[in-house]
Amino acid sequence: MISTDLSIIAPEILLAVFAMAGLVGAVYSGRDALSQLLTWAAALLFVAAALYIGLTGEGTHTAFGGIFVDDAFSRFAKVAVLLSAAAVLIISQDYLSRSDLLRFEYPILVTLAVIGMMVMVSAGDLMTLYMGLELQSLALYVVAALRRDNARSTEAGLKYFVLGALSSGLLLYGASLTYGYAGTTEFAGIIEAAGADASIGLIFGLVFLCAGFAFKVSAAPFHMWTPDVYEGSPTPVTALFATAPKVAAMALFARVVHDAFGGVVGDWQQILAFLAVVSMFLGAIAAIGQRDIKRLMAYSSISHMGYALMGLSAGTAQGVESMLVYMAIYVVMNIGTFAFILSMSRDGRHVTEIDALNGFATKEPLKALAILCLMFSLAGVPPLLGFFGKYAVLLAAVDAGLGWLAVAGVVASVIGAFYYLRIVYYMYFGEETEGLDGRMTTLPWLGLVASAVIMLVGIVNLFGIEGLAEAAAATLVR
Amino acid sequence: MIGLEHYLTVSAVLFVIGIFGLFLNRKNVIIILMSIELMLLAVNINLVAFSAYLGDLTGQVFTLFVLTVAAAEAAIGLAILVCFFRTRGTIDVEDVSNMKG
Repeated sequence: MISTDLSIIAPEILLAVFAMAGLVGAVYSGRDALSQLLTWAAALLFVAAALYIGLTGEGTHTAFGGIFVDDAFSRFAKVAVLLSAAAVLIISQDYLSRSDLLRFEYPILVTLAVIGMMVMVSAGDLMTLYMGLELQSLALYVVAALRRDNARSTEAGLKYFVLGALSSGLLLYGASLTYGYAGTTEFAGIIEAAGADASIGLIFGLVFLCAGFAFKVSAAPFHMWTPDVYEGSPTPVTALFATAPKVAAMALFARVVHDAFGGVVGDWQQILAFLAVVSMFLGAIAAIGQRDIKRLMAYSSISHMGYALMGLSAGTAQGVESMLVYMAIYVVMNIGTFAFILSMSRDGRHVTEIDALNGFATKEPLKALAILCLMFSLAGVPPLLGFFGKYAVLLAAVDAGLGWLAVAGVVASVIGAFYYLRIVYYMYFGEETEGLDGRMTTLPWLGLVASAVIMLVGIVNLFGIEGLAEAAAATLVR
Repeated sequence: MIGLEHYLTVSAVLFVIGIFGLFLNRKNVIIILMSIELMLLAVNINLVAFSAYLGDLTGQVFTLFVLTVAAAEAAIGLAILVCFFRTRGTIDVEDVSNMKG
């Protein structure tokens, strides 16, 4: 029934209508008068859609003959994507208007990207997957080059575009092989074809698909674009890149390997374990030499993706659950950290050098304490929330018989702790030179403090997301 | 008799040429855009060949989607390239290196 189908994709349709109406409205009313309003409206709409999906959704439904799936897994991912995108929009308002970047295109492009992410995580067919992924990517290429009169921003956009298009190409080649050897593009059909005796063509398709996804989640060795794009893009855009698209791409990865290739766990397990090990170590080691905090966060996110992939490579429901919990915690930590990075400025200019944090704790003890919490949490120091995320993925890997991977994860996390602790060291024991003098406005401040508090308070019961993640994982892994 | 494997071979060769064009080209960014297009079209040959071989229309529908998206992608790529050219005054690949990664 078409009306049931439409009611299943109602949130996506609502957001799409908003994006189009906003675009028409902003063009007619003349330039950027509406941008503030549109940004708020987009953020509120994301929160409303997240509440609607999170509170009213139940059971598993499919729409349009199975190409669009609405289940606990997609709802978990959608709520995470929507809330993180809303948080990023809210904390970056002030920065955007200060640096004269608050154009009406920004909230609209973010909305389109979010729709793409929602379609991705609900994909039940290779075509839906591709269309969702491209809607997200095309919008994000443009946002990366948002500051179009700036050489670094346009360069970031160009690099992101070229490598993103390459990854789409790889993914698509994998999709075409999968279609050819499975005879269908639907995941339900592929999983039947990819049973115990999967043909070599299907395995090739799987490898190409994995390479494409690895690009999108910026897992090493497909991470080359990440540091440059993070550094060159305007900081609010970097904050967006580090949160919502990562969740969506990771969820899509999980969806494809379990929904379509759940019969050949042994084959993709080795690919994912390899990606995980390389990402964790590369992220930990390459970040040590970085002097720019945005670049450092890029390597940090590469290494975090390694841990999330470790959970996924377990190939069990427990693994998917730990991956979802890890991603949720990762997103909260990143929103807090970027809320602070957005406010780093000196003499009205945005600075991103780590050296600027020297002696920060004597001037702003509360903020420094919040960042201390976040950095310890990112490093995975107990008893903060980040530790529990890492613990869950390590446990999933050990339970799945990947003890060596868990050991590698612990070693990489010890190496990685160095650069997080160095930031804390600079803040508390650094010789004060030219410090930061920017004041933090209310909303980013709230974002920073709230995420630091979550890192402390969340250890009681993780706000119950473990139960939700468990239910989500149960619908995916059968 | 031309069979499925011939089409797959052509498409694989084109795909690999596209990837090499992307990485080995040191001249200008337009060639990169052409390489990307070549990769996507190689995939289309694959999809259509499989579709004809299997007697299943899905592959051709997929091809139409890919063509549409490829057009949008090229438009966005060129738009970003124009912005890049305005700020830097060049589209040489070697000059896309303000940031070293």
